[in-house]
Amino acid sequence: MTDPAEDVVLSVENLSIDFRLRTHILHAVENVSFELKRGQTLCLVGESGSGKSVTARSLLQIVDRPGSIVGGRILLRTGGEFTDIARLDPDGQAMRAIRGRRIGLIFQEPMSSLSPVHTIGSQIIEAVRLHSDLDKRAARAKTVELLRQVEIPNPDQMADRYTFEFSGGMRQRAMIAMALAGNPDILIADEPTTALDVTTQGEILDLIKRLQVERGMAMLLITHDMGIVAEVADDVAVMRFGRIVERGPVDAIYHDAQHPYTRQLLASTVKLTRHVEGRVPAVAASSQPLQPILSVRNLGKTFGWHGKTNSLRAVDDANFDLYPGENLGIVGESGSGKTTLGRLILRTVEPTTGSVIYRDKIGGEVEVTSLTKKELRGFHREVRLVFQDPFASLNPRMTVKDVIGDPLIVNGLAKGKALEERVAELMRLVGLDPMGMERYPHAFSGGQRQRIGIARALALDPRIIIADEATSALDVSIRSQILDLLLDIKKRLNLSFIFISHDISVVRYFCDRVAVMHRGKIVELGEAEQICTAPQEAYTKSLISAVPNPDPRDKRMLHRHRFVAPVS
Amino acid sequence: MLGYIFKRVLYMIPTLFGMSLISFLIIQLPPGDYLTSMIATMSDSGQAVDPAQIERLKEIYGFDDPFYIQYLKWIWGIVSRGDFGHSFEWNQPVSGLIWGRMGSTLVISLLSLLFVWIVALPIGIYSAVRRHSIGDHVFTFFGFIGLAVPNFILALVLMYFAYRYLGQSVGGLNSPEYAEAPWSLAKVGDFLAHLWIPIIIIGASGTAALIRVLRANLTDELHKPYVITARAKGLPEYKVILKYPVRIALNPFVSAIGWVLPHLVSGVTITAIVLNLPTAGPLLFRALVSQDMYLAGSFILLLSALTLVGMLLSDLLLALLDPRIRFN
Repeated sequence: MTDPAEDVVLSVENLSIDFRLRTHILHAVENVSFELKRGQTLCLVGESGSGKSVTARSLLQIVDRPGSIVGGRILLRTGGEFTDIARLDPDGQAMRAIRGRRIGLIFQEPMSSLSPVHTIGSQIIEAVRLHSDLDKRAARAKTVELLRQVEIPNPDQMADRYTFEFSGGMRQRAMIAMALAGNPDILIADEPTTALDVTTQGEILDLIKRLQVERGMAMLLITHDMGIVAEVADDVAVMRFGRIVERGPVDAIYHDAQHPYTRQLLASTVKLTRHVEGRVPAVAASSQPLQPILSVRNLGKTFGWHGKTNSLRAVDDANFDLYPGENLGIVGESGSGKTTLGRLILRTVEPTTGSVIYRDKIGGEVEVTSLTKKELRGFHREVRLVFQDPFASLNPRMTVKDVIGDPLIVNGLAKGKALEERVAELMRLVGLDPMGMERYPHAFSGGQRQRIGIARALALDPRIIIADEATSALDVSIRSQILDLLLDIKKRLNLSFIFISHDISVVRYFCDRVAVMHRGKIVELGEAEQICTAPQEAYTKSLISAVPNPDPRDKRMLHRHRFVAPVS
Repeated sequence: MLGYIFKRVLYMIPTLFGMSLISFLIIQLPPGDYLTSMIATMSDSGQAVDPAQIERLKEIYGFDDPFYIQYLKWIWGIVSRGDFGHSFEWNQPVSGLIWGRMGSTLVISLLSLLFVWIVALPIGIYSAVRRHSIGDHVFTFFGFIGLAVPNFILALVLMYFAYRYLGQSVGGLNSPEYAEAPWSLAKVGDFLAHLWIPIIIIGASGTAALIRVLRANLTDELHKPYVITARAKGLPEYKVILKYPVRIALNPFVSAIGWVLPHLVSGVTITAIVLNLPTAGPLLFRALVSQDMYLAGSFILLLSALTLVGMLLSDLLLALLDPRIRFN
């Protein structure tokens, strides 16, 4: 084998990783090859379970048991020599000298990737001292300097804070500072922004990119988001089922993809950057003025005591109408109050102020906020909720038939043979095979489970469905399938949707009108296309411009609007 | 922090008051009192009982007073002059009897706690890190034995072993020849030689329980992302584990302070009787049987107080150990 080219810092050749499970051997990574070049970014893209994280961890030899490298080489350039990391003892001194010193790692959960019981400073100081012979005072000075470089304000004081006193974005900055403590020449970022809000994501990606250029590091960025790839990558490797199916410069991948999987991945991403085709908004389509099915007026929720300084206005004076057959999107970042708003409508959280008026089947107006417990059950039959997490929202001890049929049994609507027929009908409606009725949720994939959740919501013939981040936990190709399913069902059953999401592309694709929430307030409400292409409010502008654009020839994030919140 | 401690101490006062009331009530619950049980014993042994004398005793002890008067007299004595009342059976002030017993109870409790910590910590870490290894299975096996075998049986076995093979005098905390002797180096040595049996026996179930808890907690923590972060920094493996996940899995160790004391008194009374330990358990037991109410009541009150102090200590230590608790 010939030595890699001059600017290659790390070269992975035919890497294979196996997991020895009790019953069989899982080939998590097979024959993967790529190169990391000085000052360049390689993006490893793939959907969940494609083996991209395992590949990244193997570069540091920190793959959890029972995984192990079974073949291939990982060549790290040291001066003119090459060290094969795959041959090193994972617990040995030589391997430890590479971790943090040559290769830094940032990864996904900024919540849990730092120790909650040590201060930020002490964790970074430890990393600094591990790879230098600085004394405590000098190491602290360097730590403060690192925190300054990652743009943490008041770094001297912040060093003595604990992680739970930091916001998600700040934690990720601290994590980056720690990864840089050993002055590594390679940076691995494993989904560094997946758990962050879109505007924070933009800032963190900017920061990583800037540090990479300043320090001339090679970067391996792992992500599932084709938008991010387009914004930051120089080269791209697409992974599927543990293999790299396609590899090349970013422009070639986006504009001249060879492999069908790459094209499919791109298509499902691009599809979500525009509104669904061939559909006229329900409101515009009807000739006579429509009565809204749901009217929300001055709805508000204050947590804590009213008027006290520590009280929190989770939802503040929300007003909107939902028309029959309409998809209304509610977007906002975490903590904007969008989930609370959904719960206020269902009254699973009691509103502090305001009213919710529901127009029932015969046209009578129902004031939801003054319903009794018993009347509320009737309302809940007609307004259903679909949850975010397809893994946590299904009881693992109930069969699919029990899960979907549960609302029918609880409301005493069907049993025995009739129940079975209804469940089969619902399963066909959401594109599942009724044969799977007797199986348990664990036998289904994430997308299929979300279909089960939708079938459960449809069981009682609802008129409105409130979907709270219903597609957030799904891979992008599954996501667009589920959205198309919802659109199809909506058309057939004449439903109205309130679609709560942090993902602007999903809302743009799915919704007719969008309400943008920020700090409990609806700051802008309008047609989905108008909000996404010509936003009026400063906050909406910054939100829209921070969404990565899946086209490397049009990097949107580099010239995005920054929104500075007015001091309240 | 100081405010928090002050608040906690303040809260202890009504709690203690409630506990004293309940313990006094429970002691009064069985029919009869010390005199009736004394009369029963006397007539069993054929002694004549003089009704006049009984009346006189009743008056002295105040058995005819209503419940709350008796309670108030007792509690006022404690609060105003540290007088815990009079033990009928021993015919001594309760305070004289109690302090010696409480002292030895505390010593044995603390030493057992230390024993539990020293043994459970390394074994728990080993079991979690090398899960399903042969060593882990062996410790698990012995752990379940420690949990399942009643303490007093373990006590009998160890006593037999110590007597038969080590030639030790067993039972109590001192050999007979040192029992009345003043404290000297030799007596301390003899004391320590006696101490290991009760400490092992009393600590056995606690150790086993804590190993299981630590193993389970640490197993959860070992795969948390922050451990991978520490490893990716380049820390040596032992440091990765000891500094990060163990630190977080340590909380139950500190909480153990809170439960070891009541456990020692109520849980191992039988063991203490078998081993003839001069701790509070056996004395409390006898006082309850003979309805020696002031002695029993005072014991329960003091033990409640000690438990509360133990809880406070463990809460404070927890706050010290875990900033998440401190800041909430």
